[in-house]
Amino acid sequence: MKFDTPATTNPIDQLKVVGKATERIDGKLKTTGTAPYAYERHDVVPNQAYGFILGAAIAKGRISGMDLDDAKAAPGVITIVSTLDMPKLPLGKTNIACLFGGAEIAHYHQAIALVVAETFEQARAAASLIRVGYARVQGKFDLAAEANAAPPKDGHSGAGPIDRVGNFEAAFQAAKVKLDEQYSTPDQSHMMMEPHASLAAWDGAKLTVWTSNQMIAWGKRDLAKTLSLPEENVRLISPYIGGGFGGKLFLRADAVLAALGARAAGRPVKVALTRPMMANNTTHRPATIQRIRIGASLDGKITAIAHESTSGNLPDGKPETAVAQTKLLYAGANRLTFMKLAILDLPEGNAMRAPGEAPGLMALEIAMDEMAERLGLDPVEFRVLNDTQVDPEKPDRPFSRRQLVKCLREGAEHFGWNKRNPKPGQVRDGRWLVGMGVAAGFRNNQLTKSAARVRLGRDGVVTVETDMTDIGTGTYTIIAQTAAEMMGVPLDKVVVLLGDSSFPVSAGSGGQWGANNSTAGVYAACVKLREAIAQKLGFNPADIEFADGKVCSGDRSVLLAEAAGDKGLSFEDGIEYGDLAKKYQQSTFAGHFVEAAVHSFTGETRIRRMLAVCAGASLILSQRAAK
Amino acid sequence: MKPFTYERAKSPAEAAAAAARNPDAKFIAGGTNLLDLMKLEIETPKHLIDVNGLGFDKIEPTPDGGLRIGALVRNTDLAADERIRRDYGVLSRAIVAGASGQLRNKATTAGNLLQRTRCPYFYDTNQPCNKRKPGSGCAALGGYSRQMAVIGVSDACIATYPGDMAVAMRVLGASVETVNAHGTRRTIPLGDFHKLPGTTPHVENALAPGELITAVTLPRPVGGTQIYYKVRDRASYAFALVSVAAVIQPDDTGQVAVGGIAPRPWRVEAAEGELPHGAKAVVGLLLTGAKPTNDNKFKIKLVERTLGAVLAEAKEAKAQNS
Repeated sequence: MKFDTPATTNPIDQLKVVGKATERIDGKLKTTGTAPYAYERHDVVPNQAYGFILGAAIAKGRISGMDLDDAKAAPGVITIVSTLDMPKLPLGKTNIACLFGGAEIAHYHQAIALVVAETFEQARAAASLIRVGYARVQGKFDLAAEANAAPPKDGHSGAGPIDRVGNFEAAFQAAKVKLDEQYSTPDQSHMMMEPHASLAAWDGAKLTVWTSNQMIAWGKRDLAKTLSLPEENVRLISPYIGGGFGGKLFLRADAVLAALGARAAGRPVKVALTRPMMANNTTHRPATIQRIRIGASLDGKITAIAHESTSGNLPDGKPETAVAQTKLLYAGANRLTFMKLAILDLPEGNAMRAPGEAPGLMALEIAMDEMAERLGLDPVEFRVLNDTQVDPEKPDRPFSRRQLVKCLREGAEHFGWNKRNPKPGQVRDGRWLVGMGVAAGFRNNQLTKSAARVRLGRDGVVTVETDMTDIGTGTYTIIAQTAAEMMGVPLDKVVVLLGDSSFPVSAGSGGQWGANNSTAGVYAACVKLREAIAQKLGFNPADIEFADGKVCSGDRSVLLAEAAGDKGLSFEDGIEYGDLAKKYQQSTFAGHFVEAAVHSFTGETRIRRMLAVCAGASLILSQRAAK
Repeated sequence: MKPFTYERAKSPAEAAAAAARNPDAKFIAGGTNLLDLMKLEIETPKHLIDVNGLGFDKIEPTPDGGLRIGALVRNTDLAADERIRRDYGVLSRAIVAGASGQLRNKATTAGNLLQRTRCPYFYDTNQPCNKRKPGSGCAALGGYSRQMAVIGVSDACIATYPGDMAVAMRVLGASVETVNAHGTRRTIPLGDFHKLPGTTPHVENALAPGELITAVTLPRPVGGTQIYYKVRDRASYAFALVSVAAVIQPDDTGQVAVGGIAPRPWRVEAAEGELPHGAKAVVGLLLTGAKPTNDNKFKIKLVERTLGAVLAEAKEAKAQNS
């Protein structure tokens, strides 16, 4: 189904199931510890062995030799796969750092061996007996030291290294009120509750991996590429994921080494990253050093705005796109955004929870507060004054809908912003200094195609199959709600099956693209199924209603179970998008209000109250999940 | 983890004898620290002597009006004990400021005293660490040292003693009671129990090989306003950047010990004479000879400010009580 014109009223808008405060349909499994996570799939294949990854003890250099003898002789050891057994493995399309193979060490805790043993403890104990010789090379780890010499580099999502509108320098020079400040943010690691984990089993040339991955199709493609296998020989299964935060968007060493270990051991092998390995063996959010300059007229209108960001990564990596929101959030005729990338020998920098905006918006919003103070303006008023209803870089391209001002105004009213004392250090509660703050929230709508298969069984049960994942965000429930709404059945007549690469390819979970695209794909498949049922029954598709487990047209009514027939019905479709994004900038907005306290002696900071007023979602799929 | 043997001791004499037979043995009680360290092969005992069956799980009055806390009294039970809450409030507050409910249910009084540093370079076996591997060097010097000690350190080690409970016990003037394989008992003042690193940072306390802690004794209650203030990077489940345990009397005299800044709970009795003159005066003497790194020099000011907060709170309590 192609979605290229604004939607009109459709069956979703009945809102009989969608939009309700629905309990999570997988909640009981999770709260009773019975949701099957990758490392606990004891049931799926017999004779599983345990793999333990040894990480490099140096941050840069080469392995000069590895002595595996003691480890191989240790109790319970089945086999050891060493990085010296093979050349550097091909990189997956989404990988920057080498996951395994070869003698070169590019970052600390790069995987260099997998010990496979009968028990986890035996594998871990044997790994400590591997003796590794290293030829160390002095690496670069300090962003501040490398920042000045860092060259420009383009980022993710099409942001150029340098984007200009008008003449920033001249306008900034001429501005009556100016701000020129630097902000820095540290490296940050994903530490989701479930570590990266995989169980791999070979059946001849066919490989099945039970894993924990946000993007099944990417994972399948990249695992096949890394292991030089035909894609059709690889199956990924990831129905439950204990948190991802972007750290499980990509193929990682656990899946690659479980597969290599299983091949070497001749039996299924499972591998989980230990907690200490998670920081340096995987991806992380890189540190940034940002410079923001804002020039304004005395009445507070921004005339010039510039945001520069420097971050580090391995060669061929991308910068943290910390300037992205500054291209769109506030008005100003003269603009400059600029990203630089320093080559550092740290683990791969990549997406982590709101990549770009998390560090970038923080800096921009601090700068906006500081500028408001210089102008003697209320920070809410300063933001409202510089609202824009069009893309400031392309003024003939409006926002599809932009309610930032409404978010700020409503938030201010509900929060009691008018009680704020703008002079710092005036409000006390015992030994705590209390203040209020505001910030805008911003993230772009991200559209990507997404498919699903919907089956109607002779028992009247609707089964949805898609390789979409649930990373704890409630995907099972919103997909079930979508199918129930579309097919006119209660939630308990819907079965949702997710996270299997044998299912149609979905949007996957990440970057704020999961819920909107995956439910739209299920919608498309349900439309196809509805049409097929109408045709089969000879109903007029224009006059048809699906409700209470029945399909009705005029005075005719047939149970869905009957309509399914003995063989049932199964249809697949997906959502695809036209070029609306060229005509409209589609973004989501929020006004955040916080009451914070700072201890007058120790400087400890505590958030006492917070309100977020959000706008952007045209439809709340589950009131409960939204709250 | 290295393979090890295991036995359950039924009496203190049996535990001590087992320790004498096995030079590479360790006692295990709650295991909340030891087991983690064994998994990482930082601790590699060949034999574990489980002392959980030895009794030592009572809190009893002493003849001089204090309390004897059995070595195996769990942290949760100690913090919740009515006498501790009433007469030694700083100790109860310090215990609940540490770890998590689950860990405190398991952790014991003696084990808490013996917990090892949380220096990240001690934990990462790829890094040099004189405490873990004597003579290998110290990666924390010149590394990330925000959490590290600022006083009592040496060129060999800048790790902290990480706990909370012992800081409160130190301010209360507690002592450690032990027994050895020959049945000889001795009492070690807590101030002499934890050793400064010097050139031997792997020697962390005054216990001889095989010597077993049986109890911690507290002297008779001293009253006053008892405060434990812990400042940390997270509001919960984090080790102290700086913690202050204090007993402040109505005449502004009192005792102070500081956690998170030294290889042992840091108390300088001479500095306590300055308490009536305020935090700055106390800290001037308390931290004489401090050797902070660039990363942790903020702790010097933070000690003064945290003590300032404690003294302000004590003053308020005094005003309310008068």
